[in-house]
Amino acid sequence: MSVDAPLLVVEGLTVSFRSDAGLVRAVAGVSFAVEQREIIGVVGESGSGKSQTLLAIMGLIDSPNAVLSGSIRFMGQELIGLNRRALDAIRGRQIAMIFQDPMSALTPVHTIGNQIGEQVRAHEKVSARAARARAVQLLDAVGIANPDRVVDGYPHQLSGGMRQRAVIAMALSCNPALLVADEPTTALDVTVQAQILELIGRLRDQFGSAVILVTHDLGVVAQVADRVMVMYGGRFVEEGSKGSVFRTPLHPYTWGLFGSIPPMDGERPARLAAIPGAPPSLSNLPKGCAFGPRCSFRHDACLVQPPLVGGNGHRAACALPETSRKRFHTREVASIETPV
Amino acid sequence: MSGVLRERPLLRTSDLSKRYHVGRSIFPAQRRTVQAVDTVSLDIWPGETLGIVGESGCGKSTLGRCLVRLTGITSGSLEFEGRDITDVSQRQLRPLRRQMQMVFQDPSASLNPRRRVGDLLADPFRIHERLSASEMADRVAELLRRVELSPEHAARYPHEFSGGQRQRIGIARALALRPRLIVADEPVSALDVSIQAQIVNLLADLREEFNLTYVFIAHDLSVVRQISTRVAVMYLGSIVESGPTDLVFAAPRHHYTAALRSAVPIPSVDRARRERLVLKGDLPSPMNPPSGCRFHTRCPAATSTCRNERPLLQSTGDGRLVACHHPGGG
Repeated sequence: MSVDAPLLVVEGLTVSFRSDAGLVRAVAGVSFAVEQREIIGVVGESGSGKSQTLLAIMGLIDSPNAVLSGSIRFMGQELIGLNRRALDAIRGRQIAMIFQDPMSALTPVHTIGNQIGEQVRAHEKVSARAARARAVQLLDAVGIANPDRVVDGYPHQLSGGMRQRAVIAMALSCNPALLVADEPTTALDVTVQAQILELIGRLRDQFGSAVILVTHDLGVVAQVADRVMVMYGGRFVEEGSKGSVFRTPLHPYTWGLFGSIPPMDGERPARLAAIPGAPPSLSNLPKGCAFGPRCSFRHDACLVQPPLVGGNGHRAACALPETSRKRFHTREVASIETPV
Repeated sequence: MSGVLRERPLLRTSDLSKRYHVGRSIFPAQRRTVQAVDTVSLDIWPGETLGIVGESGCGKSTLGRCLVRLTGITSGSLEFEGRDITDVSQRQLRPLRRQMQMVFQDPSASLNPRRRVGDLLADPFRIHERLSASEMADRVAELLRRVELSPEHAARYPHEFSGGQRQRIGIARALALRPRLIVADEPVSALDVSIQAQIVNLLADLREEFNLTYVFIAHDLSVVRQISTRVAVMYLGSIVESGPTDLVFAAPRHHYTAALRSAVPIPSVDRARRERLVLKGDLPSPMNPPSGCRFHTRCPAATSTCRNERPLLQSTGDGRLVACHHPGGG
């Protein structure tokens, strides 16, 4: 493959689960590409399908009732339907994943050094001693103080932030081309979150990894991502470069998300521009645009699922014409933000 | 009426401390303790919303539970409208429970899954008021409407509701007896962003309507900024800075407040990015807190004085209190 080809290409990915209520569709035919060294922020609320999309990429959906279709190509190789052995050669080595709760990736009964070393030795033929030395190096690289002491410690002896760093060290052990992170800082305090986000930014610079970062926090996205994808009801409703999406968001749901966050500067609004209602249940999605029932711009055209369209790499799935959306957005912003 | 109340705080703590024993040992010398709340003195005035912020383990939740006497107080005192309630018995506390209520983080854990929402909401009336069945049903319906749910919801069980709706039920229950004070411990942190905003708006509306006083405990600074009139920042059991919300957030004087403030990721690509203060290291163990100023191990401005002498909360003349030997410019 050429150097410029995207690292990961997902086309028409659908993830459904058989249930008593029929087929429940968690991810409804999403398509996207991840370029080399790119950090993508995927934003969405519970039930938006963001975590299932990640799990599908990792081949970690093992429910017998899951039905996957579409295509996930990593460096040109199709991952859907790949056998376990071939998948294991890619997972952990070329694609690594970190989770919200670092303890879900650590066993309490082995030392940190053993666990990182085991990961190294699963993919490379090196001695136990060399693997341990590698573990110390990696712990140092993720900013853990006294790595030669921590390497012999057990997970319960570390704080939450240090555990998450240890898990990142493990994920980095084989210089993965792609790091997949599911809410990696949600369980951490803000001062520790700031450290982990810096680390993720540095990963790309030092190790050249691409990152898919799933989060509910637009502030986190603003800080680290290059590109933003907003998910709702199993689909992307908006995607584009960070600058473009943050300056001129094109989907009413994205507007609502921004309006829901209390500002940290300037005057405080009397009320937050909250989105009414709650995210839809996947087993009972509304007809057409899933956001319709919560949208103040809903009209007849919304009963048909709008396609994800737009120019300059900034696309949105909304039945309103783009020009009126831009006008509405300017008006909404003016009504929310009081001039400083 | 409020003019009279204004003269004294609704709730006052003086050097309030809470220690927990950790682990078990028959030898007293080997028992270790954690000072979860360390000599906190606070006045909570009628009508204000005091935000308490800090990271996990700073003692903010324990302080919240002490304020409504859900947990015993080790030393110091707690007064409600001038009356010392530090050691009053549970029985004597009962009439006071009408006045102070609590809203918890996880609404599912605080609602009995086997009982209908109508029954859960009727409990406070059963305990504190003698009402006929129809009066009770009316009050429950009114409560549900007030938190923007519908009276028909009384017949359902907690699991039939979404997280946001369950938190509304938790708020309705706290509201049932028209309390003066509500202590809310991380009431929105388990909710989706769009639902968080709804609940914050609801709490603000209820405050207006019922003249409520809130203690709002949360780790999310932007939510605390939105709802609080005054804010107190905690670090390892103590208050390090307190004062009017806008002042503390716009121009923090304690270095910890400044670091916390700058660590919040701002959802904007255009706002001029402030100098980012990324703190080194992790929170020290509360079982073995550092000497002197407890923040000195992570503080960019620490000197030898900070290692040896513990700074006291002192007025800075602009309506706030700061515990720092070398306060920042603000």
